[in-house]
Amino acid sequence: MFSPHTPSETVEMLKNIGVKSIEDLFKDVPQKYRFPKLNLPEGLTEMEALAEMHEYAGSNETVKGLLSFLGAGAYHHYIPAGVDSLLRRSEFYTAYTPYQPEVAQGTLQAIFEFQTLIANLTGMEVSNASHYDGATATAEAGVMAYHNFRGKRPGILLSSAVNPQYREVLCSYLCGYENINIQTIGEDFTIPGNPDDLAAHVDNETALVVVQYPDFFGRIFDLTAMAQKVHEKGSLLAVVTNPIALGLLKTPGEMGADIVVGEGQPLGIPLSYGGPYLGFFATKKEFARKISGRLVGETSDAQGRRGYVLTLTAREQHIRREKSTSNICTNQGLMALAATIYLSLVGKSGLKQVANLCFQKAHYAADVLGQVPGFSVLSDAPFFHEFILKCPRPVEAINTLLLERDIIGGYDLGKDCEALANHMLICVTEMTSKDDIDYLASVLEEVTHD
Amino acid sequence: MNVPENLKYTHADEWLSIDGNIATLGVTDYAQDQLSDIVFVEITVEKGETVKKLAHVATIESVKAAADVNSPISGKITDINESLSNTPELVNNDPFGQAWMVKFEITDPSELTSLMDAKAYADYCSTRGH
Amino acid sequence: MTEPTIYELSSAGRTGVRFPEPDVPLTHLPQSLMREVLPLPELSEVDVIRHFTHLSSLNYCIDSGLYPLGSCTMKYNPKINEEIARLEGFAYTHPLQPESTIQGNLALMYDLQETLKEIAGFAAVTLQPAAGAQGEFTGVMIIRDYHRSRGDAKRTKILIPDSAHGTNPATSAMSGFEVVPLPSDARGNVDLAKLREVCDDTVAGLMLTNPNTLGLFDENVIEVINIVHQAGGLVYGDGANLNALLGIVRPGDLGIDIMHFNLHKTFSTPHGGGGPGSGPVGVSAHLADFLPTPLVGIVEKATADLPPLYGFIKPPKTIGRVKSFFGQFGMFVRAYTYIRMHGPEGLRKVSEYAVLNANYLLAKMGDVYHLPYKRTCMHEFVVEGCWPDIPEIHALDIAKRLMDYKFHPPTNYFPLIVHEALMIEPTETESKQSLDAFAEAMLAIAKEARETPELLKEAPHDTPIGRLDEVKAAKELVLCCWLPDDK
Repeated sequence: MFSPHTPSETVEMLKNIGVKSIEDLFKDVPQKYRFPKLNLPEGLTEMEALAEMHEYAGSNETVKGLLSFLGAGAYHHYIPAGVDSLLRRSEFYTAYTPYQPEVAQGTLQAIFEFQTLIANLTGMEVSNASHYDGATATAEAGVMAYHNFRGKRPGILLSSAVNPQYREVLCSYLCGYENINIQTIGEDFTIPGNPDDLAAHVDNETALVVVQYPDFFGRIFDLTAMAQKVHEKGSLLAVVTNPIALGLLKTPGEMGADIVVGEGQPLGIPLSYGGPYLGFFATKKEFARKISGRLVGETSDAQGRRGYVLTLTAREQHIRREKSTSNICTNQGLMALAATIYLSLVGKSGLKQVANLCFQKAHYAADVLGQVPGFSVLSDAPFFHEFILKCPRPVEAINTLLLERDIIGGYDLGKDCEALANHMLICVTEMTSKDDIDYLASVLEEVTHD
Repeated sequence: MNVPENLKYTHADEWLSIDGNIATLGVTDYAQDQLSDIVFVEITVEKGETVKKLAHVATIESVKAAADVNSPISGKITDINESLSNTPELVNNDPFGQAWMVKFEITDPSELTSLMDAKAYADYCSTRGH
Repeated sequence: MTEPTIYELSSAGRTGVRFPEPDVPLTHLPQSLMREVLPLPELSEVDVIRHFTHLSSLNYCIDSGLYPLGSCTMKYNPKINEEIARLEGFAYTHPLQPESTIQGNLALMYDLQETLKEIAGFAAVTLQPAAGAQGEFTGVMIIRDYHRSRGDAKRTKILIPDSAHGTNPATSAMSGFEVVPLPSDARGNVDLAKLREVCDDTVAGLMLTNPNTLGLFDENVIEVINIVHQAGGLVYGDGANLNALLGIVRPGDLGIDIMHFNLHKTFSTPHGGGGPGSGPVGVSAHLADFLPTPLVGIVEKATADLPPLYGFIKPPKTIGRVKSFFGQFGMFVRAYTYIRMHGPEGLRKVSEYAVLNANYLLAKMGDVYHLPYKRTCMHEFVVEGCWPDIPEIHALDIAKRLMDYKFHPPTNYFPLIVHEALMIEPTETESKQSLDAFAEAMLAIAKEARETPELLKEAPHDTPIGRLDEVKAAKELVLCCWLPDDK
């Protein structure tokens, strides 16, 4: 199908090799297990495959067909047409890792621009070429901090207002490290994760404190005072952030973060049921040599022409083997390209507009939904585009009723935290209209009326 | 290839100079030649720290390789060469001089006996080719 | 040519996209929480499209020609995959939607899990790992938790042949294991005597790449696996080289306990200029309970009238979560489309032609380039990129000169156990004509190496940019563009 061999060419090639049949090339494979019969359905033509895959896709409801108020780590934003148009250039998507810079300047320069955009957006000095997703980028912050103190500070403090999946992945990544001590602070509170509660737990054993900004519940806390307290103990501060929110908000860099990570999916990447997404990782220049993952650096050729290469590769697994601090050998190249194109297209004014639309509509939604009898908005701080809605009944039951009215309700916070049973996390972006919000309010009132 | 007479050597291409009970540690000309252009040196121990034999004291990186420097003997660190972080090329240019890495007080002189002298080290290098 | 950066192209006041004005009453965000400057570029849509189109023209890609990177399996990426992954029913689904609204995605993931089990002979498969390296990490954590669950705490070592990918030792060390390297024997197989010597009750497992990075199928694979199993260890199979084995042999049948798949190598999902990959992991029955959570399962069986109901399942002894959500879903769609189009016969053909192509290329080049292990290769092979009579020529020079012949260079300087290695994997999607052209270029370069060596030393001559100063890049460490106002 995608192999061009004709029977006569195959014969000629076998003759060149000096064997009679293709089977003869597999004599090293134990005969007993050679050429198993795979119990799989017969192959399809392109036309048939397309029809079959349409069937799978058609059995799903989508955020386009229904009205969705889900966020909690993946966000439905508008993707300008230019993004996918450029991503579909096969010069980008059918290229490999740019190990040969002379024939990969396109990929390298795009990553270099991505690094610049992320550094500028987060208020940091350097960024790497990306990680798998927000969760693994957060875990890599833990890995870097642990190695920064050469294992002498085994403590990592997590705010309970950090995305629960990110906390889980960080624990998976670090559980093999000697003496590691990972603690989540504030899980037992009704509204968890005030940064000041966290600061009180930092001591000389703490390598890293991880907070989210805006936090998992959408709240915005100024972290400046907290960063100071963390630094007084000699510890590092990692901030998990939402890149769209940084179109408006004070940067984590300004507030004193040492590491800023997050999920880049909101920057022009489709929801696509959770992946492929984009982890970003930015830090201060003093830690540049401790960043895991790929880095692109600027340099020049013999004629003095500017060019880009993968740099600091001697730290990576293919050279350091068991002594490298990470086994990463890839990034999310194409997703980083999507984010680079998105940020270039929306630019300075567009990102501010998107962030403002999210903020304004979420606040309108909070106003309206908070007035529905039995519901109230739970918030002790300003929020960005998500907020906690306290419900009169279990969230699952409400969401089932909403679904009957073509609405995908908010995220059920009780799933991760018992104290938050009957609390829903509502997300509103620029894709949600005032009418959509009013409709949700009217349906909520209707379905909980009796 | 340069192999100064007055130094002691290890099979991992480190050199040690002994002055009373103070030892100075660096990497050899052979090592820097194998690594080629050094772009980064990080000393991973601090002044006052006690290190055991074979403890990791520094990492050296070139564009295509990285090497760990381990202390061939036990001791207490008395000095580290701060200038290498900004001028890693010293390791290429003056491996036995300005590119010393750490100095330490020798705590167990008996450990010195396992080290090679210049002749033994030169022979060892010649068996490895290039 | 040099393309300016997006910051250099920026012009104050331009924008590529505008958004509607808010349709709701306005709320005030406290000034103290707002940023003062937003240093993003300002460009029109045309500026952006042209900039990235220019950049794209500086890349070599599969669609422009043979990409023989050993161990990377740079096969053609079918266009239909791209269409299907973008169907609205897939691309616009949120990962936290109720399971009842997402039965198509769950069915597809379930069917892909089942298909990968069948292809490689495993009892269970997780799709979660984001890439091969993360698949390995998942596998090594399963090894660790398996031994722990049996109260066997003294197994602290992982054995790794010297012909393995660098990720294997890095992954083991990350997971708290001590790495014990194993030498290869004179035929490029695992050295059995040495293996027997190190196998004891402190060995947690062996990480085996088969075919190995020399492109050789281990002739004693059954014995290797038996020795490790008899010592109580598990065998991890690095699935990076599965493109040689589809329909040829199932790693699970050989006794391999755990293996990761690379959907971006074997199953044609695009490499994307360095990711996204996708690294599902298969395990044998006794390890199924340890897989990362969640897996997709059938929660209600099909009836005469209704299809089965799919849902998420948490394995009872799970190692936890290694990534957010469920993995690189868009890659599952592409890989599954590819597998469905091939069927069992087509998959076997993939591996047969991949191995045929590699051996054909080897036959054409093998007289001129030294082959350290003279055996039939699988889907790739390794030659030395140097000759004793012209010591000034290195593998790197050959690689760079190939670019002037409009080919992407092979992997070079890997595996480390071959001097000046050139690792060549043509894949099954190359025609005889394309292999002939590549072989001719390699032979022409070998000739030039003797007659006009400066052509190699100074190569490439015909690329958008010449050899770049990597020492300068690593020393100066310029990782961001200069912004127009911070000179």
